[in-house]
Amino acid sequence: MSEMTAKQVLFEPIFSNNPIGLQILGICSALAVTTSMNVTIVMCLSVIAVTAFSNLAVSLVRAQIPNSIRIIAQMTIIASLVIVVDQLLKAYAYEVSKQLSVFVGLIITNCIVMGRAEGFAMKNGPWLSFLDGIGNGMGYSVMLLFVAFFRELLGAGSLFGVTLMVPVSQGGWYVPNGLLLLPPSAFFIIGLAIWALRAWKPEQVEEADFKMSRHTHKEAF
Amino acid sequence: MEHYISLLIKAIFVENMALAFFLGMCTFLAISKKIEAATGLGIAVVVVLTLTVPVNNLIYNNILREGALSWAGLPNTDLSFLGLITYIGVIAAIVQIMEMVLDKYIPALYAALGVFLPLITVNCAILGAALFMVERDYTFGESVVYGFGAGVGWALAIVALAGIREKLKYSDVPEGLRGLGITFITVGLMSLGFMSFSGISL
Repeated sequence: MSEMTAKQVLFEPIFSNNPIGLQILGICSALAVTTSMNVTIVMCLSVIAVTAFSNLAVSLVRAQIPNSIRIIAQMTIIASLVIVVDQLLKAYAYEVSKQLSVFVGLIITNCIVMGRAEGFAMKNGPWLSFLDGIGNGMGYSVMLLFVAFFRELLGAGSLFGVTLMVPVSQGGWYVPNGLLLLPPSAFFIIGLAIWALRAWKPEQVEEADFKMSRHTHKEAF
Repeated sequence: MEHYISLLIKAIFVENMALAFFLGMCTFLAISKKIEAATGLGIAVVVVLTLTVPVNNLIYNNILREGALSWAGLPNTDLSFLGLITYIGVIAAIVQIMEMVLDKYIPALYAALGVFLPLITVNCAILGAALFMVERDYTFGESVVYGFGAGVGWALAIVALAGIREKLKYSDVPEGLRGLGITFITVGLMSLGFMSFSGISL
């Protein structure tokens, strides 16, 4: 880990070590805020900002934090940053902040932020930690935008609120797939995205718990 | 009374924390390989939610809310921006206290819950329930019922998923989907199943 260059730290998490696809971090909010691109982008920017600055802050004080209370110390740093983001959103993007409802607050318990603070920033210098925060935030964003792209395009026929495929209800030709606006579709899209990612990078495939044995008898035919 | 029962049913099934709001997903996916582990975590979540939601409710209504400090002679103070940091502090503190109390008085339960207790602090379902409680303006009584119901709903979902995954282990899943991928799709199907509750109005 200590040999990593700044570039690696920044770009590894996007595909090779994606927080959602491989580390199982930060899934909660990935699902609930992906019905439209606008909301998703605001959420992504908030997460990138919080991850980057919390990593920076934790890394700066890492020598001063006693080991036994480090979780609470990290929590306090993260919670303060999230409050700043929340207040900023309420002041400048009130509509979007209403749509995000509790999910801005939930960035506090977003495991990406905690996981990176605990796993990376406690061991590395401020500059690398800052880049790691941005990198992981971007890895999260790529996955979220991918999901939101399909959900908004196929579910409502639009992107960023601009109608691309005119739905039947407005006299057009496209019959929107209502399933994609419902929560479960996010699971299917992420599941399939993980499949695609692992087909591309086979080293991420997990070991099977149980090996199927080959068929040895032919009498069934 | 009827009001409380319908709130309970709603919190468990219709607004299931895990399958309708996707809260606590990280632990939900990471610790659902074995039924025993899932049950232990589920019980811990029920207990913590039943305690933290009402406590946060009291703090919000008596200290943070706009005008709540009038008993202290400060009728114009609005501390609600401190909400997030307070709730997470309360949750972390209650989990810590619970750990010490259990260790001292009920060591058997403490040993059974083991590593799951500290993990609960970062479970978004706990903070999520506190935030929903504030957003929907529950009274104290409602918040007790809601906290308990939300916990039971989450526990039900994780035990069900663990049951499915224990069987799923013996199936021949395509390589790239193995592990996390197929789990996502399973949860998606479960979530579709739970959507059938959403038509129920009590």
